Amino acid sequence: MLLPPGLSLSLQAERPLLPVRPRSPPRAPFCFSARRLRFHRQHEFFEDGDIHRHLYLQDILTNVTEVTERSKVSEFSCHIVGCCQVFDTLEGYEHHYNTLHRNMCSFCKRSFPSGHLLDTHILEWHDSLFQIMAEKQNMYQCLVEGCAEKFKSSKDRKDHLVKVHLYPSDFRFDRPKKAKSSIKHSKPHSKRDVSMPMDVNVETCEQSQADSMEICPSESTENPTQLASGPIPSVQEKQLYKSRIPSTVCFGQGASRGFKSLKKKA
Amino acid sequence: MRVLTGLFTSSLADVRMEAARCLHELSHSNDPAVAEACLPATSYLLTYLSGHSVEFTELCVYTLGNLAVESETVRKQLLPQGIIPALASCLQSPHVAVLEGLGYLLPQLLQATEDPATILPLVLDSALPLHMLRLVSSNLELGMGVAVEFAWCLHYVVCSHVNNGLLISQGIVSTLVLLLLDLASAVVEGATEGLELLLCPVLRCLSNLLAEDEPESCKVQMQDERLLVAVFLFMQRFLQQHPFLVQECLWLLNNLTADEPIFCSALLTLDLLPALLQLLPCSGTVTLLALTVLCNVAEKGPAYCRQLHQKAVLPSLLSTLALSDAQVVGQSLELLHLLFLHLPEAAADFLSQAGLQALAQHRDNPPLQERVRALEERYLQPAAATPVSPIRASAAALPS
Repeated sequence: MLLPPGLSLSLQAERPLLPVRPRSPPRAPFCFSARRLRFHRQHEFFEDGDIHRHLYLQDILTNVTEVTERSKVSEFSCHIVGCCQVFDTLEGYEHHYNTLHRNMCSFCKRSFPSGHLLDTHILEWHDSLFQIMAEKQNMYQCLVEGCAEKFKSSKDRKDHLVKVHLYPSDFRFDRPKKAKSSIKHSKPHSKRDVSMPMDVNVETCEQSQADSMEICPSESTENPTQLASGPIPSVQEKQLYKSRIPSTVCFGQGASRGFKSLKKKA
Repeated sequence: MRVLTGLFTSSLADVRMEAARCLHELSHSNDPAVAEACLPATSYLLTYLSGHSVEFTELCVYTLGNLAVESETVRKQLLPQGIIPALASCLQSPHVAVLEGLGYLLPQLLQATEDPATILPLVLDSALPLHMLRLVSSNLELGMGVAVEFAWCLHYVVCSHVNNGLLISQGIVSTLVLLLLDLASAVVEGATEGLELLLCPVLRCLSNLLAEDEPESCKVQMQDERLLVAVFLFMQRFLQQHPFLVQECLWLLNNLTADEPIFCSALLTLDLLPALLQLLPCSGTVTLLALTVLCNVAEKGPAYCRQLHQKAVLPSLLSTLALSDAQVVGQSLELLHLLFLHLPEAAADFLSQAGLQALAQHRDNPPLQERVRALEERYLQPAAATPVSPIRASAAALPS
């Protein structure tokens, strides 16, 4: 093996440092003393660079093009058993899947906008140990990601969400259980009644007729008209869904990447 | 808004999307009252940031950005509602469109006028800075746009000087140094399209971090002479086209050479001095900073002054003395003082190059006259020059 000549020299290629004279304070009237400069965000030194950035941003904003036309594909339906929604764009399908099927509770078919909310829901509604544990310690986790607080009851958590996190009092992804459910530390009925109207914005639900998924099956059967207007054919078929399909099976980030590359090709 | 929020949280994907478009449309209003009317929707907008629909998330991000620009009330509500952790998880999105949106939203928060004390501690406590750093240094994968926006975010954080010690302990300095070396390689290869947009905030971050009170932690990471070469490559490349970058480069050069003899020494042994002297005829800030760097070098002692002298710093100084900017002339006088102090023969050469005449024009200028007189009295008396004349003769023989 042939190596360039002088290669070994560069192993010790430490440059000789010129001898340094110890620093002495400047003698008046001279005042120079080497120092590192730090500039605060509003310093005038930044003016030229900031102007350049400003022009760049302006340029971007004026050149923003309208929403790109989505490439159409031949119609296809959602592959989830029982869901017969039909799509003609991959993006529409992707959004549908992420909204309805990605974070769905396999027990009660409710859909959640994030894995965090789904996990919290499953723990509180379908974990049989949860109620027992909740009697001994604070188990109701705050719904805000990044907040580690836990509470004795969902009511306490709601108060916390409203007071500390400025959440709306009718936050829709925090519905309490119906009275028939087995919350042990349930409050007197009068109190519960006070809290109920805050929870579900009944008026809005009925006006929009767009709420079927958010309501758990027991409620849905009480409201068959509402359900009929939704895209989902029936509760029975919904029971067959396999929720939270692992990404390794067919969906997840890999699928999203697939969407992207297809879009590029088109 | 009640109805719209209901639709926005409905289980019909299409309806949800249309409601998001409505909210986005509303957020474009210049009337802060409209932004405040959207307050009931922010908790949902934030909740949806952890979703997976690219276009939907993107809409939510831009809507939040628009609302945050418009109203302090909105910004004040977003913080307790958990926008910082929501952003930290959203920043892990693999989608450029979402990241670009975040590159729009995040600066709105970081630049907010009311802020540093309220927002920045929360940002620093979160994983945001590390995510930003990752996105800045992976510029080739994600496109320049994303890297540029997050580099500015980092700049806004760093130049607020809230807790830069924390960032330094997270290794931000060495990451930025490596990034600058990469960018310098790109300059060498001629790929400089839009590079100045990224360089500017990166240079600023590094300069400000080097100026932190605890430079010990930086010191270890910074002893890399290649950085010096990179800075000069940038200046050479952008001097004509984007002169504003030269002063940003010189700021970094000052902070490197102020306390580190190794960089002063490298500046001389790598023969970068002529390039630095060429910057002196530029105007204002650039000239002043270039002179300051020269002072940093001269301050390190006789060995450094000898090199400066041999590489013809005096003729350049005679030119800057002819300028009318009092600050520039003042800094030139400081440099002359350091040179004469450490290298008496430089004073003799200055005399022989008609230095006294150059000084004379500033004798009556109040901010300068004291220093002019001090130079003349201490170093430039004809009597003082005589004993060193043999040295002067040898120095004058050097090509200059």
